[in-house]
Amino acid sequence: MARRHVSTTINGEAVDFLCEPHQTLLDALRDELQLTGTKEGCGTGDCGACSVVFDGRLCCSCLILAPEAEGAEVETVEGIATGGELHPLQRHFLEEAALQCGICTPGFLVAAKALLDSNPDPSETEVRFALAGNLCRCTGYDKIIRAVLDSAAELRGEA
Amino acid sequence: MATAENGSSEPKFRWIGTRPVRPDGVDKVRGRANYGADHALPGMLWGKVLRSPYAHARIVSIDTSGALAMEGVHAVVTAEDLPEIAPEESKIGEGPTNYRDLSRNVMARDKVLYHGHAVAAVAASSPAVADRALAHIEVEYEVLPHVLDGDDAQSPDAPLLHDDLYTKGVEPAPERPSNVASRVEMGRGDPERGLAAADFVVERSFRTKAVHQGYIEPHAVVATCGEDGRATVWASSQGHFMIRAYCAKLLGMEQSQIKVVPAEIGGGFGGKTTVYLEPLAIVLSSKSGRPVKMVMSREEVFRATGPASATRIELRMGCTRDGRITGAHARLEYEAGAFPGSPVGAAVMTLFAPYDIDARAEGYDIVVNKPKVAAYRAPGAPMAAFAVESVVDELAAKCGIDPIEFRLNNASKEGVQSTFGPKFKRIGNVETLEAARAHPHWKAPLAPNQGRGVASGFWFNGGMQSSATVQVADDGTVCVVSGNPDIGGSRASLAMMAAEEFGIDIERVDPQIADTSSVGYNDLTGGSRVTFATGMAVVEACRDAVRQLRERAAAIWGVEIDGVEWADGEARPTKGGGELEPLTLRDIALKAARTGGPITGRASLTARGVGMAFGVHICDVEVDPETGKVDVVRYTAVQDAGRAIHPSYVEGQMQGGVAQGVGWALNEEYLYDDDGRMENPGFLDYRVPVASDLPMIDTVIVEVPNPGHPYGVRGVGEVPIVPPIPAVANAVASATGIRMTELPLSPPRVLAAIDESRG
Ligand code: FES
Ligand code: FES
Repeated sequence: MARRHVSTTINGEAVDFLCEPHQTLLDALRDELQLTGTKEGCGTGDCGACSVVFDGRLCCSCLILAPEAEGAEVETVEGIATGGELHPLQRHFLEEAALQCGICTPGFLVAAKALLDSNPDPSETEVRFALAGNLCRCTGYDKIIRAVLDSAAELRGEA
Repeated sequence: MATAENGSSEPKFRWIGTRPVRPDGVDKVRGRANYGADHALPGMLWGKVLRSPYAHARIVSIDTSGALAMEGVHAVVTAEDLPEIAPEESKIGEGPTNYRDLSRNVMARDKVLYHGHAVAAVAASSPAVADRALAHIEVEYEVLPHVLDGDDAQSPDAPLLHDDLYTKGVEPAPERPSNVASRVEMGRGDPERGLAAADFVVERSFRTKAVHQGYIEPHAVVATCGEDGRATVWASSQGHFMIRAYCAKLLGMEQSQIKVVPAEIGGGFGGKTTVYLEPLAIVLSSKSGRPVKMVMSREEVFRATGPASATRIELRMGCTRDGRITGAHARLEYEAGAFPGSPVGAAVMTLFAPYDIDARAEGYDIVVNKPKVAAYRAPGAPMAAFAVESVVDELAAKCGIDPIEFRLNNASKEGVQSTFGPKFKRIGNVETLEAARAHPHWKAPLAPNQGRGVASGFWFNGGMQSSATVQVADDGTVCVVSGNPDIGGSRASLAMMAAEEFGIDIERVDPQIADTSSVGYNDLTGGSRVTFATGMAVVEACRDAVRQLRERAAAIWGVEIDGVEWADGEARPTKGGGELEPLTLRDIALKAARTGGPITGRASLTARGVGMAFGVHICDVEVDPETGKVDVVRYTAVQDAGRAIHPSYVEGQMQGGVAQGVGWALNEEYLYDDDGRMENPGFLDYRVPVASDLPMIDTVIVEVPNPGHPYGVRGVGEVPIVPPIPAVANAVASATGIRMTELPLSPPRVLAAIDESRG
């Protein structure tokens, strides 16, 4: 099967890759571009481990075909920290022990950043519903929700 | 997040009990940590498994020629490529495992025993080619009748899974094979006499469904096996030494021919304490001469890896009017799946542990045409606690006694004879109950349609074997090498114990998890044992290094070692030893080459002195009388951690256990169609709790130090999944007046119960 050529932008950088027409964006990120920070928990859009921001929208990269990334802007967990500095969400996740095994963490960070980018002052309930598409089997969510709320406060300059 | 203090004289620590950032944290929030599926090698092939479409069938023939003829297909494996393994009990897994069964679970031989059972595997140039190749493997089956339910499996005309399975543990030994693999019985005193003397007796039958551990990371492996017969395996698991031993056994290799490199593990909860793909990947690599990567789909994880047993438990318990339990008897039937080995033995042991009572339990291990169960966090205990704690709740109500008071009246404590044999050593059962009673949650008001439940839980915790080495670099930093995959922050607690021992900054400790060839043997990450047992090995290895540091300082000073003490990261002359300038760790390390060479501390041990642990949970639910939906609105978990090394990760274990237990109580279940196919093999239909399903989970860490550990550690990971099911069920009973005895308490089931009670 002929491989497709795709030109896209990932974390602000122009990127080219070859993929199979039926390959998912998740597989292309992981297997063609070695961006393995984006995880696969289900492949069916049910766990959020593969969360990316695709043209400004939070998406499951396992539900997007790689060729659809042609001309798109994709943001992954690898792009959250900037210039050697962790994002406040990453820092709060570490300081507040919001990860145990950590497999869900990239997806939560991407989804939480998407939330805070659009809603800088969410309530606990809003955070819980915004992150309801991300499964974590280890933490019971308590410390994740607190880390997101504390990051939001810091980003608003309140902490 | 209060900490209740129960130790007598509180030692002062610099690191123990603090909350530093975990040493592996930055890689994990940057997306750089390598989990099972993140590894890749040049020239790597992709392996996939062909799985049985039937719940029970004889394999008549397998024709792989069509697949092998395809472009891009490099190897195919069936049971013919694996050695036949003789029956032999494994000593190293979590829960009973027989190597013959394990081999036949990894790849079906003669018969398939469940829908999803592996029958062949291929290695091909891409996942897509491998998938197509599976469709070109022709398997002829002779379909056999199947049995899915533990009750049906015991009927005399039930289809037999194994015609050589004779029930163990019954006298006289049965003459005919059956699906009942074994019977165990255990107890204390004469419960029947106690039951006869009781003022109140409650007798109930409880049922629970199979549930999955639900780790978010599917099983994944990369293996290479060269022409010299040596293999290297990269895999995420709860024990890379387990993978090495199991692969060697199943493939007829020597352990020295296999090196297993541990990947980061994306959750296990007991489900990654065995092998599925690893031996197949080695054989595929050996046949193809290329590295082979295999990753399960979520559907495969559900269909072919360890759920926890479905169970049926019958329980009778009686008490006097003034709230003293007089006796109890339980009969437990646990489904093992396709091969013997449910955790019913552990269930029989744990079930009555919180109580100082005469009680007896008999357990049955039953095979059915479903995937072989695997360990799941406190294996066997949550279902048993559902039965016991529900009945205890009812008895307390009959006596008109507060349920925590009732539990305190009957609580086991130090010196009490357990129903499973030993007398309890120092335990924190009473302390956790008292902390729960003192918590404001216990007396808080409830809104309409709300109810409150409380339940206790117990787990033994594990010791087993651990090894660690400690290497001092010449700049005075320390590398701590151990061999247990870090499933939830154990690097942090090991580094903290090492920093405490050396008296140095934690930043100067580098905790590493080494492959099977680079550190001494370590048993599984399981049984809540790592911080306890591997922690003990780390402490001993540090003490070994510190002794060497003192020796070096003594040599430099020209004194005896007794003239040197170690404190705050430096060697000091003992009192009266004169005016010698202390030598720091760095000073001594710098001179190591001239004073005897590198300083390396070592320890290998079998950890004794395990600290058994108890928890008490309080749960508030709100039940919607129109839909039957149950929402957990407030939750408090109290647990004796012995000593919390890193309290955040102890709280995290407690909160995570609660979430899993609540999912088990309210939603999770394997659903089967009549043909024995699981109908909900995905997270859409097998619904685990999400963030919007749960409230914050309050935690209270009680610290009754375990005298068997240098820092007082007890295991913490398993206890917190034991109380949630009965805590939720007791809360539902309090909200609705209805005692539910069958899981899950899903909306249709609760609604049906409400409708029935209204008549
Ligand atoms: S892997 Fe995409 S949602 Fe689970
Ligand atoms: S930390 Fe393990 S799944 Fe979230």
